[in-house]
Amino acid sequence: MHRMSPFSRKLLFAVSLAAGLSAGLAPAFAVEATQDIQFNRDIRPILSDKCFYCHGPDKNHRKAKLRLDVRDEALAKEAFVPGKPDDSELIHRIYTTDKDDQMPPPEAHKELTDAQKDLLKRWIAGGAVYQKHWAYELPVKPEVPPGANGIDYLVGERLQKIGMKPSPEADRRTLERRLHFDLVGIPPTPEEVTTFEKDSSQDAYDQLIDRLLASPHYGERMAIGWLDVVRFADTIGYHSDNPRNIWPYRDYVIQSFNENKPFDQFTREQLAGDLIAHPTQETRVASAFNRLLLTTEEGGAQPKDYEARMLTDRVRAIGAVWLGQTTGCAQCHDHKFDPFTQHDFYSLGAFFADIKEPIIGRREPGMLVPNDEQATELPKYRANAERLQNDYDSEHPELAGPFANWERVQREALAHDKYWTALRPSKSESAGGAKLTLKDDASILVSGNKPDKDTYTLRVDNLPTNSLAIRIEALPDDSLPSKGPGRSGNGNFVLTEVTARIARKNGVNQTIEFAAARAGFEQTQAIDKNPYHAWTAAAVIDRDIQGDNLGWAVSPEVNKRHQLVLQLARPLTLAEGEELVIGLEQNNGGGSHTLGHFRVAATADGGAADAALPEPLPEKIVDLLTIPGSADADSQNKLLAYFKQITPRLADLRTELAAAKKSQSDYEDSLPHCLVSVAMDEPRTVRLLPRGNWMIDDGDIMKPELPAFLTKDYPIPTDRRLTRLDLANWLVSPQNPLTARVIMNRMWQQFFGTGLSKVLDDIGTQGEPPRNPELLDWLACEFRDSGWDLKHMVRLMVTSRTYRQTSVTSKEMLARDPDNRELARQSRWRVDAELVRDNALSIAGMLNMKIGGPSAKPYQPAGYWENLNFPQRTYEADTDENQYRRGLYTWWQRSFLHPSMLAFDAPSREECTAERPRSNIPQQALVLLNDPTYVEAARVFAERIVKDGGQSPEDRVRWAWQQALMRQPDQKELTTLCDLVKKHAAEYSEDRTSAESLLKVGLNPVPDGMDTAELAAWTSVARVILNLHETITRS
Amino acid sequence: MKYYDPSFPLNRRTFLGKSAQGLGLAALANLLGPRQIFAAADTASASSKWTGVIKPLHFPAKAKRVIWLTMAGGPSHLELFDYKPKLAEMNGRPMPDSLTSGQQVAQLQGQQLVCFGPQFKFRRYGKCGAHFTELFPGVGSVADDICIVRSMTTEAINHDPAHTFMNTGTQIVGRPSMGSWATYGLGSECENLPGFVVLVSIGKGRSPQPIAARQWSAGFLPGRFQGVQLRGKGDPVLYLANPPGISRERQEDAFRSLRVLNSERDTVVDDPEISARIAQYEMAFQMQASVPELMDTDSEPASIRELYGCRPGDGSFASNCLLARRLAERGVRFIQLYHRDWDHHSQLREELPLKAKETDQACGALIRDLKQRGMLDETLVVWAGEFGRTPMAQTNKGSPGRDHHNKGFTVWLAGAGVKSGFSYGATDDLGYNAVENVVTVHDLHATMLHQLGIDHSRFTEKFQGLDWRLTGVEQANVVQDILA
Repeated sequence: MHRMSPFSRKLLFAVSLAAGLSAGLAPAFAVEATQDIQFNRDIRPILSDKCFYCHGPDKNHRKAKLRLDVRDEALAKEAFVPGKPDDSELIHRIYTTDKDDQMPPPEAHKELTDAQKDLLKRWIAGGAVYQKHWAYELPVKPEVPPGANGIDYLVGERLQKIGMKPSPEADRRTLERRLHFDLVGIPPTPEEVTTFEKDSSQDAYDQLIDRLLASPHYGERMAIGWLDVVRFADTIGYHSDNPRNIWPYRDYVIQSFNENKPFDQFTREQLAGDLIAHPTQETRVASAFNRLLLTTEEGGAQPKDYEARMLTDRVRAIGAVWLGQTTGCAQCHDHKFDPFTQHDFYSLGAFFADIKEPIIGRREPGMLVPNDEQATELPKYRANAERLQNDYDSEHPELAGPFANWERVQREALAHDKYWTALRPSKSESAGGAKLTLKDDASILVSGNKPDKDTYTLRVDNLPTNSLAIRIEALPDDSLPSKGPGRSGNGNFVLTEVTARIARKNGVNQTIEFAAARAGFEQTQAIDKNPYHAWTAAAVIDRDIQGDNLGWAVSPEVNKRHQLVLQLARPLTLAEGEELVIGLEQNNGGGSHTLGHFRVAATADGGAADAALPEPLPEKIVDLLTIPGSADADSQNKLLAYFKQITPRLADLRTELAAAKKSQSDYEDSLPHCLVSVAMDEPRTVRLLPRGNWMIDDGDIMKPELPAFLTKDYPIPTDRRLTRLDLANWLVSPQNPLTARVIMNRMWQQFFGTGLSKVLDDIGTQGEPPRNPELLDWLACEFRDSGWDLKHMVRLMVTSRTYRQTSVTSKEMLARDPDNRELARQSRWRVDAELVRDNALSIAGMLNMKIGGPSAKPYQPAGYWENLNFPQRTYEADTDENQYRRGLYTWWQRSFLHPSMLAFDAPSREECTAERPRSNIPQQALVLLNDPTYVEAARVFAERIVKDGGQSPEDRVRWAWQQALMRQPDQKELTTLCDLVKKHAAEYSEDRTSAESLLKVGLNPVPDGMDTAELAAWTSVARVILNLHETITRS
Repeated sequence: MKYYDPSFPLNRRTFLGKSAQGLGLAALANLLGPRQIFAAADTASASSKWTGVIKPLHFPAKAKRVIWLTMAGGPSHLELFDYKPKLAEMNGRPMPDSLTSGQQVAQLQGQQLVCFGPQFKFRRYGKCGAHFTELFPGVGSVADDICIVRSMTTEAINHDPAHTFMNTGTQIVGRPSMGSWATYGLGSECENLPGFVVLVSIGKGRSPQPIAARQWSAGFLPGRFQGVQLRGKGDPVLYLANPPGISRERQEDAFRSLRVLNSERDTVVDDPEISARIAQYEMAFQMQASVPELMDTDSEPASIRELYGCRPGDGSFASNCLLARRLAERGVRFIQLYHRDWDHHSQLREELPLKAKETDQACGALIRDLKQRGMLDETLVVWAGEFGRTPMAQTNKGSPGRDHHNKGFTVWLAGAGVKSGFSYGATDDLGYNAVENVVTVHDLHATMLHQLGIDHSRFTEKFQGLDWRLTGVEQANVVQDILA
């Protein structure tokens, strides 16, 4: 019998059914009975995985008010008695078979293994000592004997402790190939390998590393992992997944690695390149980091929703890139396992509230990013446009007279307006089903259905007695395309015929004739098929004798008021009960060339009927010319400004200025652009969202704050709002326990295959305690103390004996340490997607070594983008040397990543990816065998084999083998390929059509003067070589 | 000795013989990561075939496979399955504030919310008297075989996140889709086809929904569980066809040489990953034959093609329904079809009948065909959009339509132990909120997994410190009421 529980039975340790967590994490390695138990290594992983969900940091979901992550609180609740496991409730609960008492509760599916139970028991027996989570303590640099490589020393210590021995050094061919893949991502040539093999000097290895670290391809190689973790891509990600201007950021990353920019500076530039002391084009481009997240253009997306998504996206990124923390958990609640609170989450998000950006919709083109040459050209364009603009803006005394004259004429013409009576139709209709809306000013605005041709019929009964003329005004309106007055896309219309008749009560109609028609402006564009040589008013009353598609039109004078006056053949008066029926026919048919806004008027005044018509004028100018008392200086300036736009006297200057502006903007458009961070004076308001729900808008207002549990000893400025620069400074401060470890852990994975702590994006309590914590801490301290010198750390890693070991091992070693976590050998793995491509093209001699520039589009299966929309898109593969760019320059379409890249585990970069999986799937075979990229590489490689590989099949196979694998084939390898080439040469010589079609794959020209059957047969050999497991493996 | 022997047959037994023993723990570790290795160790004994991590099944499985018919864009439940006379009566009148106040809308943001009555007639179908649209006589002909759920809800209200939620149980991108989960958990019954296949129909629609490949991504699960799209045009599987000038026989020569050379290297470096590579090449070679055979619907009798209403190779939804049946016959675990054109913000009256016509007959035919082959009992068919549509009219884009709506919509299921001729759940009088027997997306997933023999709460994968599952962290329930 156990003693009575001080807690209510069901509550203690109760794990919610909804927990969504279950068993699975085995102890990292068995703890020998004789070994000390370490809380961080042995106990915390068990408590975290099995208990913290209900008894951890999240206060809102804590059960029985018990937390096991803090010793004092656990003791206060009498969860255990240090030194006395048999008196400890915790031990009773995990050993009992009573389902009501059992912990974790059976329904949580978090069963403890016997070994785990035993560990907990021994831990309590030993006093239940806690340690702060290892990653939250500042790393302390372990002592390393002077002159020793810390890596080798600390790996050696551990191997000795566990009784394992390091492996011998790999042969030089393997080392050279390994270093090439790891440091530059391009294989060595056979000649380089031979030279290295023969170089007996002591520093041959170091010299090779110096050379590779100095290569401009080093930055490309290092960029791959960084671009994954920051989620760099060419497109926005959501829904339409449209392109955005971002590639200069990728080049910034490459360049920074090549320059060996200190990592603290690299961090500051990316988070706050716009806020640092002296921002440059380079640091501003770096700040594109803050714009790499997913965005949407979806219609109906709600700004608040996406504001929340973007905030969380950015906080997750900080967690993945620098902190190695799964911050995303705290979007909805305090973290279940780590001390990261929801408050921390939103206050971290508030750092980014200043970034100027559209929440929904198309991204802006971004900042101009000229290269050096372009940067000297650009000011010339700008100066030229500016000079002409100044000229135009300057006083032009010669215009004084003409302006006064123009103003007088326009005022007089407009003065007749008062003699016109606007006709309010009693009824108006559109034959084409458009909606005609009569407005207060008697004008009619057209909307709705938009037929290609239309006739408007207006019935009028308020005609002035003895009317002499009818006037039709075509009016602009903001609702119309190009602001009208027409409904076609360019704002134009064609009024093809105007008819008028009197409708009498008795049903008899009388046709009204017009004597003459004139307009203030007639279109003279697009007249090559127009017998009038203008879109003239005359055509409106010609009874369509020249064709019913001709009429009056006004392009390019859109967004202005136009007038057409039709003089009646004889004065007209309506008798009681009579109506005038006016028909406005618009039969042009060239794409809805119909009136969008118009007004009909009549006059009985002879002067008005005959007066000169005003030019087409914008409404605002009409107002300035007609509203009494508008002769003040301001109005005069506005009128003069308008006059300058139209007067023939400035026509040449205007043309010149427009041309200069256009060539400036054309030039600017041709330059690279990049989204960058621009800080707004007024940051967006950030609120804590309860349960992560953006629709709850009364959460606390959050300001930028650093996570409290990590900044106890960090001096935080308190006199002002914190900025992204403060965040960056803290991330790379000596008081930050996480960043250096996270970066070193990722770097370790690049050179050894697995992180020292395996889960690269989580070194919180649910991550894996490092197998060799001293080593990780030594690396972190060395990194920090070196001034965040990345190349220094790379050099330390690749010069270590640990790195230089062979990856070939014994079955015993493999069984003892299958994942090579103890580093008693090197690891081997299939190279990254980008390098699979680079390697094949390099072996074929086709790889374009250019660095940087816009993303490239390699061949891609037709229709692969078929499911994209808004707009639909067709992929156009590059047809020049860009076809052969390195894999990291591949156009990164998030929703449809290039299928060859995808097959080899390149991530879509929708989320930050700290580590790629390495799968081995049939699609990889299909890509390497059938993707035109690899077929072309094979045939071009075959060309080299035939030209340079000697004469006999054996010589050629040996040569080809050397090119791809930098070693001699063994007998079986030799025979297999010789047999293959003989068989296919015989077949292709009987089937030259097939040979020729194979040799046409890809852009490369088919070589002249070579035997097609022979070349096709060697293409078969080359294909096999490019598909070999060894070819795509770094060992 | 002659190492290269063209008569050497490429068959499974000889080809995979070595890999069977060679695929050791280390290879699996690379394939899976050590977290899965314990679960998977006993499954890797025979071949490259994946046999799943759920062993034994948590329950006896009713469904061996799933065919998921995705009606992308959000079909209107109010015209199709959920008749609301009250909404007809309220047509043109303001929507009650009590329902809409403070709720999400998409394109109706800032607009007046006005009731819009059902635009098509409903009728009774089958012995069960199921009540749904006159536009679906095909589905009507199998009304006694389906189960209509009128009380679905979802979290998201824009297409992209809503699809992501419907497929992965979360709006955050980068998580596995349900087809990946199912294949990961149960493995595939098919040696030469992927376990998770996606078919997107080629439509004539005015604005088909963009569908990202993320919708069939394996997320944090290994790449082999990613859905493979079978395309209606071009290579049915990307890079499936041999290059020009390479016959099947020559391709086989290449495969054979690769096997010999990779095996030879294995004798030197003893790398289990090489055996895995050899096995994957074998699978690729088999797919090169099996996929074209699968796609060749010409071999189906004319009566079957007429039943579905498709022409071979037209890439239509009907063709894909027929392909779905053929995939099901071959043991593919999860088959997901997309029809992309249900986003009727406007022109609902004009467009909806066209979309019904493109899908209705084939949906009915699929159920009928599965049934006549005795496969319906073991195949779970699901028809669902990513959300429904508002009872309110949207009129700012031409003739009226409806906006996106996530508070209530309809899906139907058939086969594999789901009640037939049954209707479940209800929305309120105006079709706005699901009010009776509400079913969430997580409930639907839990139910689907249940029929596959999996307890959703125990089917987890460690990711970023969490035991992640398809049904999320909140409570999800198997909808027992719809299970026979």
